[in-house]
Amino acid sequence: MNDQALMEKSREPFLIQRIRAGERSHFHELIRPYERRAFLIAYSVLRNQDDAEDAVQQAMLKIFLHLEQLAETDKFAQWAMRVVENEAKMYKRKRHQHLYQSVDEEQEKEGQTKHFHPKQFADWRDLPNEILEQQEVRAAIIEALASLPEIYREIFVLRDMEHLNIAEAAEILGISVPMVKTRLHRARLMMREALSPIFAKPKVSIWERWKGVNPWFAAKR
Amino acid sequence: MVRCKTIIAHLSEYVDGEASPELCHTIEQHLRGCHRCSAVYDSTRKMLVITGDERVFEVPSGYSARLHRFLDKAILEGSAS
Ligand SMILES: [Zn+2]
Repeated sequence: MNDQALMEKSREPFLIQRIRAGERSHFHELIRPYERRAFLIAYSVLRNQDDAEDAVQQAMLKIFLHLEQLAETDKFAQWAMRVVENEAKMYKRKRHQHLYQSVDEEQEKEGQTKHFHPKQFADWRDLPNEILEQQEVRAAIIEALASLPEIYREIFVLRDMEHLNIAEAAEILGISVPMVKTRLHRARLMMREALSPIFAKPKVSIWERWKGVNPWFAAKR
Repeated sequence: MVRCKTIIAHLSEYVDGEASPELCHTIEQHLRGCHRCSAVYDSTRKMLVITGDERVFEVPSGYSARLHRFLDKAILEGSAS
């Protein structure tokens, strides 16, 4: 953890105390470091930006309203992110009911994640960096992320998207360091597997897109 | 010869630079001779570059402002009642 993050973290119990004492405006400062993470978690569950925003808003309000109940104020991050995750799931259930959708989709996803041994061995070595910025890639990652069971998704988000170190992730999730490592490893293999078809199979389409962004190629045509 | 399964099991450690020098040596030697493991390793690394890139995952513009406005409104209304 860097100095700034450490300072923010050690300030949390103090901020919580102040908020509980009635200085509500400190709540803004309290949640600011977690905004992006909260959005990522909600978005990976809901896969829709507007819904994710709604869910985060409701979750943050709940966090504020229930702050009194948080016994260990040094565990704020862990607790708050759990609230976000639960809120997003509740939102998803409500939405599903509303749309009269069955739970088949959900079950299918669960089934897919049972195996975590790599099956796709295609090479991504020729993947151009410009692909990074494609909307489609972003969508694919969200899709892959959403297909992971919660325990793997949360570690992947914290470690490989939010760049927390193993110890920080362990603290937030309330699990041991070896457990974080085990889950992270499985999460990565599952993510890689889920993303493999997108990157490996449609070589032609990646090539087509590459032509669009590579000036050298464009110049030669 | 180390089995592929063993290599794959230690891949995360290796990617994170947490493998011991001996383990690194074993893994690197295996990767040179095994196309399958080397493809898994390369794609995993590539994936982590992509997922770890903030540009891939920008929050919607105005997200933070909307969140704080919402909270201000909700919290103030709450205090009024
Ligand atoms: Zn191998």
